[in-house]
Amino acid sequence: MRRYTLPAIVLHWLIAIAIIGTFTLGLVMTDIAGITPTKLRYYNWHKWAGVTVLLLAALRLLWRLANHPPQYADQMPAWQRGAAHGLHWLLYVLMFAVPLSGYLYSLAAGFPIVYFGLLELPVLMGPDPALKVTLLAVHYWLNMLLAALVGLHVLAAFKHLLVDRDGVMQRMLPISTRKENP
Amino acid sequence: MNTIKALLLTGLLAGAAASTGAFAAPLKTDPAASRVSAVFKQMNVPVEAPFRTFSAQIDYDAAKPAAAKASIDITTASFDIGDAMYNKEVAKKDWFNSAQFPKASFVSSAITPAGAGKLNVSGKLTLKGKSANVTFPLTVKAEGGKQIFEGQLPIKRLAYNIGEGEWKDTSMVADEVIIKFRITAAP
Repeated sequence: MRRYTLPAIVLHWLIAIAIIGTFTLGLVMTDIAGITPTKLRYYNWHKWAGVTVLLLAALRLLWRLANHPPQYADQMPAWQRGAAHGLHWLLYVLMFAVPLSGYLYSLAAGFPIVYFGLLELPVLMGPDPALKVTLLAVHYWLNMLLAALVGLHVLAAFKHLLVDRDGVMQRMLPISTRKENP
Repeated sequence: MNTIKALLLTGLLAGAAASTGAFAAPLKTDPAASRVSAVFKQMNVPVEAPFRTFSAQIDYDAAKPAAAKASIDITTASFDIGDAMYNKEVAKKDWFNSAQFPKASFVSSAITPAGAGKLNVSGKLTLKGKSANVTFPLTVKAEGGKQIFEGQLPIKRLAYNIGEGEWKDTSMVADEVIIKFRITAAP
């Protein structure tokens, strides 16, 4: 079975690591009581990481639009292809929606984002207390949805690896194994 | 007799009013159209937050700018970063220590004209119990019968012990803080 292209594989795993790290940092930082220098530092790192996810997602979308992904296994039923396609589409949407909601939340709270402390990113809007509350909820629930969908994505991949043994997961693994090159 | 007394009294009052006019006239500030804020940088991120409560006293006569006087009292606990958790933190001992120093103040000592619509203001700034002499430029313009005084004053927060302990780290919160103000006042 044909594998994903190298840039697609690299971007997939970079984004996977970045999303898991940023998500975890988000949980850790919001758990710190009051305001401390560590908390502020984590918030800034979280924002930088989120912007990085957004940039990687943009690259990945461009690459995906220019390169067809490899075919699914022949024996995959139509509903599974549909479900996989739908899930991938949702993951793409969330790769953009989650960082963007965080970005806008930060602006609504009156904190512009200065990427790595060097580059001030566009201040698209000023502080807005009412919108801030809404955006925080939006950011939070989009993240919960993303976590759930990533969980589903991982389960499905392992089902292909261990139950179906159809080489679908191997298409995206960083190292080529003998099995998917018959 | 009574009429003469009344006339004399009126004359005295008129004279008194005229002589106050020779100094400067206190203006009524309009709190709704005035704003005092501070811009600080945390990890290079500029954040501007207003002081919600302050009172400004301005004696200013455009004809006699050198006779002008200004003072302002700011309630430090009213600094509003837009989040209850932040606001609670900055009122603490390490920052404003609002329990012990509820007010920050500025009192002018000299105001000198510096060209059309411009003044140089010198005076004493008191923050967290520490006073220092500061000088800053100010613009004044008349708008619809009101005077608008606008300017900014950069200070070093550590000189006033704003941000003690672990907050002394200027790579987290920069030492330089800019106090911005725009006061609208009418005669």
